[in-house]
Amino acid sequence: MTAAPLLSLAPDLVARARRLAAEAGRPVVDMARSHTTVSVERATLRLAGLTGADPDGIPWVNRLVDAVAEQTGIEHGVAAPVFHALARGEHPDLTRLAHACAAGGVRFELPSGEALKTARGLARAAVGEGLDRIDAQRRGRAEMVAEVGDPPQRPWIYLIVATGDIYEDMPQAQAAARAGADVIAVIRSTGQSLLDYVPEGATREGFAGTYATGENFRLMRAALDETSRELGRYVRLCNYASGLCMPEIAALAGMNRLDMMLNDCMYGILFRDINPIRTFVDQRFSRQIHAKAGIVINTGEDNYLTTADAVEAAHTVTVSQLLNEYFAHEAGLEDDLLGLGHAFEIDPDLPDSFRLELAHALLARQLFPDAPLKWMPPTKHMTGDVFRGNLLDGFFNLAGVMTGQSILLVGMMTEAVVTPWLSDRDIALQNVRYVLTAASGLTEDFRPPPGGFIAERANQVLGEAVDLLERISDDGLLNAIAEGTFGIMRRPADGGRGLGGVAERADDYFNPASEALDKDEETDR
Amino acid sequence: MSRIVRPYGDTTGDGMVQVSFTLPLAHDKRAEGAAAQLAAKMGLDNAIVVHAKAIGAEHTFFIVYGAARHLVDLDRVEVVERDYPLLSPKAVDDLVKERLGRELCIVGACIGTDAHTVGIDAILNIKGVAGEKGLEYYRELRVINLGAQVAVPDLVNRAIDETADAVLVSQVVTQRDAHLHNTREMAAAFREALPPDKRPLLVVGGPRFDERAAAELGVDRVFSRGTTPGDVASYLVHRLIAHDTGRPAADAQQRGETTA
Repeated sequence: MTAAPLLSLAPDLVARARRLAAEAGRPVVDMARSHTTVSVERATLRLAGLTGADPDGIPWVNRLVDAVAEQTGIEHGVAAPVFHALARGEHPDLTRLAHACAAGGVRFELPSGEALKTARGLARAAVGEGLDRIDAQRRGRAEMVAEVGDPPQRPWIYLIVATGDIYEDMPQAQAAARAGADVIAVIRSTGQSLLDYVPEGATREGFAGTYATGENFRLMRAALDETSRELGRYVRLCNYASGLCMPEIAALAGMNRLDMMLNDCMYGILFRDINPIRTFVDQRFSRQIHAKAGIVINTGEDNYLTTADAVEAAHTVTVSQLLNEYFAHEAGLEDDLLGLGHAFEIDPDLPDSFRLELAHALLARQLFPDAPLKWMPPTKHMTGDVFRGNLLDGFFNLAGVMTGQSILLVGMMTEAVVTPWLSDRDIALQNVRYVLTAASGLTEDFRPPPGGFIAERANQVLGEAVDLLERISDDGLLNAIAEGTFGIMRRPADGGRGLGGVAERADDYFNPASEALDKDEETDR
Repeated sequence: MSRIVRPYGDTTGDGMVQVSFTLPLAHDKRAEGAAAQLAAKMGLDNAIVVHAKAIGAEHTFFIVYGAARHLVDLDRVEVVERDYPLLSPKAVDDLVKERLGRELCIVGACIGTDAHTVGIDAILNIKGVAGEKGLEYYRELRVINLGAQVAVPDLVNRAIDETADAVLVSQVVTQRDAHLHNTREMAAAFREALPPDKRPLLVVGGPRFDERAAAELGVDRVFSRGTTPGDVASYLVHRLIAHDTGRPAADAQQRGETTA
């Protein structure tokens, strides 16, 4: 679906913005291609079928990768040493190899010659099964959508569920879907992004959210499949591929048919103080997986506006969207999987705040006409005044409808007061339904005149974005991040969490997953 | 003036209030009766159920109006009144310079698993909040914002390394009283690590804190919803520099404002 242009943007400026984003992004992509991380290696073993955890809850993929890292390093990739050890025939499968390795009884070495060929062959076959599972889930989604259908309207209605207990989440998600949600996002437990492992199994304990685990993914998807059939529309499931385990969570999402994943190119760096290099390497691999799985990524530009001023920093959102687009395309994601984010966060006391919101929302719509844009509700200026909050959410919904947004995260009037109550969600959905019913055709009539306030503002923001991109491509993106260009946070490339798990790839680096995913991308082009 | 008040709808003394709630009942006459009964038990006279709406098959949402029969005795209202003078940034800077003769060091963080830096950033970032600049803007304050998800031992160590005069901790997530547990843990860790005279001033803030709970939580001050950087800066100066008399701070405020 290509959105019709509603604004007159200077075409040369748009082309220039994209060119600059590519210039700024290219060195980062080169860096991502020449490094690996412990999480990329663990994701590879997950694709090869290794699951489970030791009695302390540390996943076997961590135990195995840590052991290889200690003995041979991860710079050659763990696949060759691991499958070489397996080829010796002393351990029947990866799980048993991991058990033995945890007991200290396995020596890893880098094979060469015939042994290397054998190890690589075994690794390719094992990882191939995981990739086949992702393909099968993608086909499964297409079949199910063909069978039960997509939501009848745009934007899709996106609701968050977060109890901490997957068995509470499932009925809540099903109830939310029956009440009108098209996308269910299961928010993660606070702090999961900083765990350097993915918890295992079904979980019932979480803080302000539920752990993302392979089993939780499977359970929730099955529950929503049931509800999709009941409702006659495919209810999508969203989770978070962010933090220190982005690649692994992406792999688990692909193998368990999640439909959307939050996955931003800079969020972890800025808001979780994760090392920039770790983030970019992990991000590229996770996006390649998402491309293969047909998962829509949701980027996190809304977050910049919660720390910076939504008017002054409007152009940083545009810059981040362009960078996210460049990195996503480079990793093989097509436009229809780019849920670029933006948000309604302008101070409502500012004169013309709604017109400014419309200008920013239209700018995003027009810059990315084929992307399923994700429109995020007000949070920063939500107070305990729930009545005013409900009004503000109504204007947010209206802006979303007028400017043709694709995915609408439902705003709660009790934002900043409590985690949403049943009634809060009902009132919020009533608000959305009213606006959709009353005004969903308004995009047809809404044509801001050239030279008017909205058109001028959109062009101004685009101009500021181009200026900033020029500075970034001169200084380098990593320096720009280090200097606090985005969201006011300064994040140097040699700081932050997870740097210890990064290695520059050696000449003989081998990773059957990267190999297959890189090949996928080339054949697509 | 009367020291007794009742809620005001449109006539003095009418006591009118509006409440909303959900009952786990299917929407029918009986459910509406249940809502009216609850309202009566909450102390509302002549309660009217003005709105009842089914949420799914098993819940109903109600809006109820009624006259509260309870009276508020203003003489028995307990609050933490601001017990320090509010100073301008310049007055704060002048006081620190004159009385302390060095920068006043503040270490801030969100501790535990709390990733919501909006509170600490509003107080510390130069950007500030509600039209007031954050503490980074104050020339004589040295601000170290450790950001989100800082482990308590890391916070203590950093405060010691920097010889912090004050530690500011923000807690937004309140699920299972995480904000209270984290605050107590933090206070205990500082007590453990430092003798009382070396301990920095401990200040916590967040939208769901009770400002009266400082002693119970083991901290020096609790700030709640609506706190601005100016409130915090004024408090710090009052406690750390001008607390012996209280009067100099007030004088300095006037001086600061007339020369500003």
